[in-house]
Amino acid sequence: MHDQAVIDCDIHASVGSVEALFPYLSDHWREYIRTSAFKGPVDTVYPAHAPTTVRPGAEPATSLEVIQRQVLDPQHVEIGILNCAYAVDSLHNPDTAAAMAAAVNDWLVAEWLAKDQRLRASLLVPTRVPEMGAREIERIGDHPGFVQVLLPVRSEAPYGNRRYLPIFEAAARKNLVVSLQFGGSPGNAPTGVGWPSYYIEEYVGMAQIFQTQVLSLIVEGVFDRFPNLRLALIEGGWTWLPSLMWRIDKDWKGLRREVPWNTQLPSAYIHERMRLSLQPIDAPPDPRHLVQLIEQLGSDELLMYASDYPHWHEDSLPAELPEATRRKILHDNARAFYQL
Amino acid sequence: MTSTVLEPQTRGRTKLAVIDCDIHPALKSPKALHPYLPERWRRYRDTIGERGFSGSYYPRANPNAARTDAWPPSGLPPGSDLDFMRAQLLDAWEMDFGILQPLLGAGALRNHEYAAAMSAAINEWQIAEWLEPEPRLRSGLVVPYEAPELAAAEIDRLGDHPGFVQVMLGIRTSEPLGRRKYWPMLEAAAAHDLPIGMHFGSQGGSPITGVGWPSMYLEDHAGMSTAFQAQVISLVYEGVFEQFPTLRIVLIEGGFAWAPPLAWRLDAAWRKLGDEVPHLQKKPSAYLAEHFWLTTQPMEEPHVPRQFAELLDQAPWLEDKLMFSTDYPHWDFDAPDEALPKTALPDGFAAKLMAENARALYKLPTRVHAG
Repeated sequence: MHDQAVIDCDIHASVGSVEALFPYLSDHWREYIRTSAFKGPVDTVYPAHAPTTVRPGAEPATSLEVIQRQVLDPQHVEIGILNCAYAVDSLHNPDTAAAMAAAVNDWLVAEWLAKDQRLRASLLVPTRVPEMGAREIERIGDHPGFVQVLLPVRSEAPYGNRRYLPIFEAAARKNLVVSLQFGGSPGNAPTGVGWPSYYIEEYVGMAQIFQTQVLSLIVEGVFDRFPNLRLALIEGGWTWLPSLMWRIDKDWKGLRREVPWNTQLPSAYIHERMRLSLQPIDAPPDPRHLVQLIEQLGSDELLMYASDYPHWHEDSLPAELPEATRRKILHDNARAFYQL
Repeated sequence: MTSTVLEPQTRGRTKLAVIDCDIHPALKSPKALHPYLPERWRRYRDTIGERGFSGSYYPRANPNAARTDAWPPSGLPPGSDLDFMRAQLLDAWEMDFGILQPLLGAGALRNHEYAAAMSAAINEWQIAEWLEPEPRLRSGLVVPYEAPELAAAEIDRLGDHPGFVQVMLGIRTSEPLGRRKYWPMLEAAAAHDLPIGMHFGSQGGSPITGVGWPSMYLEDHAGMSTAFQAQVISLVYEGVFEQFPTLRIVLIEGGFAWAPPLAWRLDAAWRKLGDEVPHLQKKPSAYLAEHFWLTTQPMEEPHVPRQFAELLDQAPWLEDKLMFSTDYPHWDFDAPDEALPKTALPDGFAAKLMAENARALYKLPTRVHAG
């Protein structure tokens, strides 16, 4: 798809089995996990054998060697950002969640970041008790390998809710991007109208959850509180963004006295503070329409290339795209946003 | 109550025929339905009252969510005075027809028998106080949609009345509408050749977003389009249109610029995961284009006006499916002479949007009165 160096904003690292984390867990948790036969947190965000989970010819990236062979070397990756969406958010026991998240972060440092200079990573945090998430950011957020905090896009409450301020405050203090990523297992229904029957509905509906979170974070004032906060939307699509900006801007004009902390149009927060991973594009059949959509974003700085390895998407950038825009998407936008 | 009463509008009439697909009639008083309720349920209403899914209130922008000039001189609530509605809306804009959407919460009451009684009462009230006195009005048939067998019974009872042109639901149901629970109701609607209209609002018992409760009314209001998208996803993937090939869905006050990107995403996921939904006989976007109509208010306003035309270019089927609406008497009213974007639009599109798409869907005559 490209022969120039890229910055890949979404490479999925997987904890193969809970034993992989044992070197990074305390005696207490090792014993607890052994004696309870706990297999580690699981979710149904990506069913193991669904076609979308692992693309043809790929394999789950449980070790650095897989990533090097499948992504970093063949795809001219200058810098790749690892996302390990280990489902700590599905754990209701906050102490377990915090211990497992810290173990994942230490595992990322020791077995991935320390061994390949091209890699950066997202910092996993427990989210159900946001103060504990903030403590994990405090503990390891200064490590130069971590460029952002990972929050599953599905949550118990919209992330603009004030209960989550400790996480955003800690991220802002450490100058870390906050990223919302496809998935999450909060236990509440994934739509505003209850639980759908099929996985494909949940998969498609994840885009609506991204929309909800964008709206929440803007109007509940998180960007106004933290002037240096930046937000990455990973694997949520982006073709819905123009229509969302039109909707929020229009409604904000009518209802803004409810949110006096917003000092500019909602779309201005998006342009200034948010970036989105390129995949999945969910491309229209006519490439001309994709070019229209990119123009409708109102900025050529919003999209950042992502392979989303090993998940399966088949889209590519349209040939009609101006070369300068292509270069920004493949490389420059992420470099500037993550300050690489 | 403070009210500002203005003279009925007479300015700026559009030359195009107008059919307004979203008008909200209101009760003159809390007891206005009593003549239509059996004694048992009048007593219930007095002693127990309305029990829906509580805990979802946001202080709103305006009293009754109404335009400040929509309070009638009679002192009645906005939308409750037919004479004033005629003067301020139907006559002022020389409308061919208006479609009523009573937002009285009956469909989502947790006591299903009471929901059925209230639905029937609202429908009788609509016939007696709106449809019979005013030939330009049509309405949505209110049904207890969380008890689909009871909803089907109400559709069977009144669905052939010429004043009811669709079945009316709130967009926020307890489960996604494509689920089999709702099929008896969908079957009855299809049998009576009535579209299912789903209107902004209501409450089904889950938090109003896929990630819990937002804090602000602005999130409730602007975020409602995600509920509309969730219902499209459900209705398409759960195979409703293979089961009921003539069923039509009208999405009311939910926006429509999200439709083209959703169509692409529906198709992209289906190319990978279609094996999970083998009941689909065509690509998902084809069901969207064929079976869904959408009302316009609040009109989409791209930052660059010509991008409205791009929207139609991306999804040409919208030209035959968008239907004008004002949302009278609510504060976010779209006026007929100002609703259309000021940009070049396809030939004939304005007439379709302002009236002809609705006329075709609801099988309305050319003109009900001499202009």
